[in-house]
Amino acid sequence: MRSVAVVGASLAGLSAARSLRKQGFDGRLVVIGDEPHRPYDRPPLSKEFLSGALGEADLALEAEGEDLAAEWLLGTRATGLDHTTRSVRLADGREVRADGFVIATGAVARALPGSAGLAGVHTLRTLDDARALRDELAGGGRLVVIGGGFIGAEVASTAYALGLDVTVVEAAPTPLAGPLGAAMGAIVSGLHTDHGVRLLCGVGVKGLGGEHRVDAVLLEDGRSVPADIVVVGVGARPCVEWLEGSGIALDNGVKCGADGRTSLAGVVAVGDCANWYDPRAGHHRRVEHWTGARERPEAAVATLLAGGAVEPGVPRPPYFWSDQYGVRIQFAGHAAEADSITVEAGAAGDRDVLAVYRRDGRPVAVLGMNQPRLFMRARKQLAATTS
Amino acid sequence: MMIPACRLADLPRGEAFRLDVDPPVSVFHTDDGEVFAIDDTCTHQDASLADGWLEGCEVECPLHASKFDLRTGAVDSPPAKLPVRTHEVVVENDMIYVRLSTEAPNLPPCISARLAGGPA
Ligand SMILES: Cc1cc2nc3c(=O)[nH]c(=O)nc-3n(C[C@H](O)[C@H](O)[C@H](O)COP(=O)(O)OP(=O)(O)OC[C@H]3O[C@@H](n4cnc5c(N)ncnc54)[C@H](O)[C@@H]3O)c2cc1C
Ligand code: FES
Repeated sequence: MRSVAVVGASLAGLSAARSLRKQGFDGRLVVIGDEPHRPYDRPPLSKEFLSGALGEADLALEAEGEDLAAEWLLGTRATGLDHTTRSVRLADGREVRADGFVIATGAVARALPGSAGLAGVHTLRTLDDARALRDELAGGGRLVVIGGGFIGAEVASTAYALGLDVTVVEAAPTPLAGPLGAAMGAIVSGLHTDHGVRLLCGVGVKGLGGEHRVDAVLLEDGRSVPADIVVVGVGARPCVEWLEGSGIALDNGVKCGADGRTSLAGVVAVGDCANWYDPRAGHHRRVEHWTGARERPEAAVATLLAGGAVEPGVPRPPYFWSDQYGVRIQFAGHAAEADSITVEAGAAGDRDVLAVYRRDGRPVAVLGMNQPRLFMRARKQLAATTS
Repeated sequence: MMIPACRLADLPRGEAFRLDVDPPVSVFHTDDGEVFAIDDTCTHQDASLADGWLEGCEVECPLHASKFDLRTGAVDSPPAKLPVRTHEVVVENDMIYVRLSTEAPNLPPCISARLAGGPA
């Protein structure tokens, strides 16, 4: 393999580029990204960057002076992949030919239908989104967050600390029930009410009020919640439209094997856009977490360089963290597989908990709130028992 | 400065001991029986490396999984970008002593919010 093009210049793309060099690839390396920025870290965008504790320079993912001997084509979007000519088409008409491809185009925040063009309404995925939201939060006022998932909850927590009046609206009866299960979802989302942030659950959003600027969130039960700023945190969808027609198998992102290989030879996919086969569960899963986007490219790049001749190792159970209201939340594994949950340390009411999720007595997931040491132990055990 | 940390016999292989100096230092006893001392605070954010995942001569930060080399302090991957300091270790009469580095530590930007925590 003499040349590789990486499409997507964020965490997964950078990690792939690094792994390529680390694994001895010394050919031509092109990294294509549609944002104008060098790779930066997204988690702080809803936390320390949004609050002003970290600046833009702190977000850089590359080490100072790091040089991967890559050609960076930034601020330019890939619009197609042609497998027969082995090339990526760019929006500006250029073409990049390569022997191997890494697809790392991530995900984009879902918008609320009908919210386009209404000032004061934000989603949060990119640095540019975060700058805009930070500037608006600085003016204070009433913030309504639509969606009680992790990003919504972090924005609520940060805005609360900045002194805004915050309401969170969640369509499901319990926030975070998907990733954490209903019982633990209720405990974690209890952080909102602990701090006097209003949490409206089990009610959908019908639309937004306001002419040019948003002034209310209209709920399906007829209520209207006044708002100066609205953040829509209703999840993300994988960025794979540009691959339609390329012949690559798409299904909730790029469908790939446990080693990152896709349905096309010489093409692997990593990060939030990739729907990896999970050998433990026996089905595909798309995991939208930082650690996966950082670690998985190692395996995918090995697959690419070996032409698919390597045995994939079993990856560690997925892990993510979240910081809300000064509480460190950590989770590993898959909550949905559990048939029991026990609190093994701390107390749910104090929001310092170590909870182990089990199925048939075997751990399948673990949740920690402000328990980094115990959490790490439990996470190690989980990796040992599930590998 | 030479500081007594703990008895070697009290620190099983695979475990870490946090020394409450300022900033704190952790002492690691690897599975191969070597003893190393590095700054305890991750250079990315406020996390204690003594709580981390020790494998070989590397410790993985308990929060965001950057790995630090116990021998050199070097960090392998983001989000941390700066190395931790290493400190000299002397074992005498079963006692572990640490000679603190005189270099300036690479503390994370938000260290002021340090969580309270006792020795390991
Ligand atoms: C606000 C926020 C907070 C988060 N907090 C946490 C957290 O606390 N813990 C945690 O575990 N995870 C967190 N995450 C998730 C984590 O950031 C993601 O899992 C990670 O960024 C995924 O990396 P990626 O490289 O796969 O995708 P992305 O980071 O989405 O990057 C994909 C890149 O590809 C580019 N791209 C897309 N389409 C094209 C195209 N056609 N051509 C060229 N370039 C293209 C995009 O512009 C983007 O730069 C958070 C995410 C956000 C947004
Ligand atoms: S706190 Fe150590 S890697 Fe983030």
